[in-house]
Amino acid sequence: MSKLLPWIAGAALVALPFIYNSPYPLHIIVIILIWSFVYTSWSVMGRFGLVSLGHGGFLGVGAYVNALLWNNFGLTPWIGIPLAMLAAAGLAVLIAYPCSRFRITGHYFALVTMALSAIVLQVITATRDVTGGSLGYTPQRVPGGSSLFAFQFTDKETWYWIALAIWGGGLFVRWYVDRSMMRYALEAISEDEDAASAAGVHVTAEKLKITALSAAMTALGGALYCQYQMFISPDTVSGISASLQMVFASVVGGIYVLLGPTVGAVITIMLAEVLRIGFGTAAVGWDNFVYGILLVLFIIYLPQGIVGSLMAKLRGARVGS
Amino acid sequence: MSAIFDIYLLEALINGVLLGGVLALLALGLNLIFGVIDVVWICYAELIMMGMYSMYYLYSVYHLPFVVVAIISMAGVGVLGVLLHVIVIQPLLGAAPINQLLATGGVLALLQSTATITFGIDFKNLGIRLPVIEIADMFVSYTRLLAFGVALLGMVVLYLFLSRTYTGTAIRAIAQDRQIMPLMGVDTKRIYIITSAIGGVLAGLAACLLVLQYDVHPFIGLTFGPITFMICVLGGLGSMVGGFIAAFVFAEIISVGGLYLELEWGYVFAFVFFIVMMFVRPQGLMGRRS
Repeated sequence: MSKLLPWIAGAALVALPFIYNSPYPLHIIVIILIWSFVYTSWSVMGRFGLVSLGHGGFLGVGAYVNALLWNNFGLTPWIGIPLAMLAAAGLAVLIAYPCSRFRITGHYFALVTMALSAIVLQVITATRDVTGGSLGYTPQRVPGGSSLFAFQFTDKETWYWIALAIWGGGLFVRWYVDRSMMRYALEAISEDEDAASAAGVHVTAEKLKITALSAAMTALGGALYCQYQMFISPDTVSGISASLQMVFASVVGGIYVLLGPTVGAVITIMLAEVLRIGFGTAAVGWDNFVYGILLVLFIIYLPQGIVGSLMAKLRGARVGS
Repeated sequence: MSAIFDIYLLEALINGVLLGGVLALLALGLNLIFGVIDVVWICYAELIMMGMYSMYYLYSVYHLPFVVVAIISMAGVGVLGVLLHVIVIQPLLGAAPINQLLATGGVLALLQSTATITFGIDFKNLGIRLPVIEIADMFVSYTRLLAFGVALLGMVVLYLFLSRTYTGTAIRAIAQDRQIMPLMGVDTKRIYIITSAIGGVLAGLAACLLVLQYDVHPFIGLTFGPITFMICVLGGLGSMVGGFIAAFVFAEIISVGGLYLELEWGYVFAFVFFIVMMFVRPQGLMGRRS
C-alpha cells in the first residue's frame, strides 16, 4: 500500500484540472509548485550542511538570462532555459571550486555566497539599460498569447501540468541523489571533511557536482517563474531576500525529508495569500513578520521542520508499539 | 583637463576615507560579537535601522534635543542587542553555527516587517542639513566629516574599555579561549550579555551617524548589511584591526568605482573584490583560523 501511495497521489494530481479548474486556486497551485521546485533545489545541497545564501543569484541568472535571450535575439526558451541553467551552474562552480579548495565552509560559505546574490542583484540593477533595472523586466509576448516555440501559454491548465512535471522531476532528482553513492560521500563530508577525504572521497568533486546541480535546478525554477508570470524584478528573483526566503521555507518544512520544502512552500505561500485576501493592503509586512517569528521558533524548537518532526514522531511511535 | 580629473579623483578618495570611518564603525560591533560570542548577527543592519527610526521619531516628531535623542537611541538599540542575545542566541549556543546564523536571519525578516507595519514604507528624513565644506575646489560634506570623527572616537573609547577595564579584559580573554575562562571564574553568561549590549550600542551609534546622511526606510538594512558582513569576513571575522583596514579598502573601491561609473558599479566592484580576496586569503586579512 505505501508503495502505491505516491503513484495514486501523482495520478490524482495529474487529473486535478479535469475535475476542478477554477482559475484563481489553480494559479496559486502553479505558484506553489514552482516555488516548491525551487526550494527543493535549494535543499538538494542545503541538507548536506552546504547552506548557500547565493541561490537568489542563481534564480536571478535563470530568470534574466532566458528572458534577455528571448527579447534580444528571439532565442526560444527551449534553448534559452538550458543556456540559463548552464550559466547558473557555471557561476556556481566558479564560486564553489575555490570555496572547497580553500576550506570555506559553514559561516564563511554562507557569507561568501551571500555576496554572490548581492552581486547579481546589483549587476541587474546597474545594467538598467539592458535589464530594466529595479523597475523589472517583461518578456515579449507572442501575438495570440500561446506558443510552444515561445514557451508562453495563456491557459492555467497547461501551466499546471508543466509546473507539476517540473516539480515531480525535482523530487525525482532529490530522491535519486538520496539513493546514490553521492549521498554517502556528501554526508561523510558534512561530518568530517578530513576523514571523508582520507576514506577516498573526492571532496571537491562531490561538492562541485551537487552545487552545480542545485544551481542549475534553481535557475530552471527562475526561468519557469518568469515564463509563467511574464514579469520579473531584481527584488523578487535575486538578492539576499530571495535567498533567505528559500532557506526559510525549506527549514520550516524540513530540509532532511523529501517533501519538506514542498510543505514549506505550501505554508508560506498560503499564509501570504490568506493575509493578502483577508486584510488587503493592511497586511503588507505581516507575512514576513509571521515568517520571521516562525523561522526563529523552528530553529530553536523544531530544527527538523514540520514534516521532519512528524516523521520522527511516527517512527518513534512505530518503534514503541 | 587632467587637472580637473585629478581633483575629482582626490575628492572621491577623501570621501572614501570618510565613508571608511563609518563602515569601520559598522563592522566593529559585528566583529566584537563574533569574536566574543562566536555568532554572526545577520540582522545587525536591521538593528541599525531600528536606531535610525528611533532617531527620526524622537527628533523630528517629538522634538527632543539631538544629544538626548542620540543617547536614548543608542541605549534602545543596546537593549535590543541584549534581547536578541537572551531570546534567540542563548538557546542556540550549543547548536550548529549555521542555525544561529539562520535564526538571526529570521530576526532580520521580523525587524524589517515590524518597521514596515509600524512606520510604513515611505522614506523618512531627519531634516538636518549641515553645510558642505569647500576646500581647494573640492566638496566635502560636513556630515561625513562629523560621522568620521565620531566613528573614530567611538573606536578609541571601545579600545580603552577593552584594554583598561576588568570587564574589557574578561571580554578579550573569552574571545581568546572560550573553554578555559569559565574555569578561571569568569561568568560567561554575564560577559555575553555585556558584549551584546556593547554591540547594540555600537549599532545605535552607527544609526545616529547614518541618519544624518541617509533617509530611513524598512529596507535600508539591505543596503549596509551585505557590505558590513563582507568587511568583517575580509578583515578576518573577529579581528578588529583587520575589519578596520578592510573598511577603508572597501570604501575606497566604492567611492572611486562610483566616480567612473554609477554608484551600483562601485558596489559590484567591492563585492567582486571581496570574492577574489576570499580565494587569495580565505582567513581574512588579519584572521586566525583554526
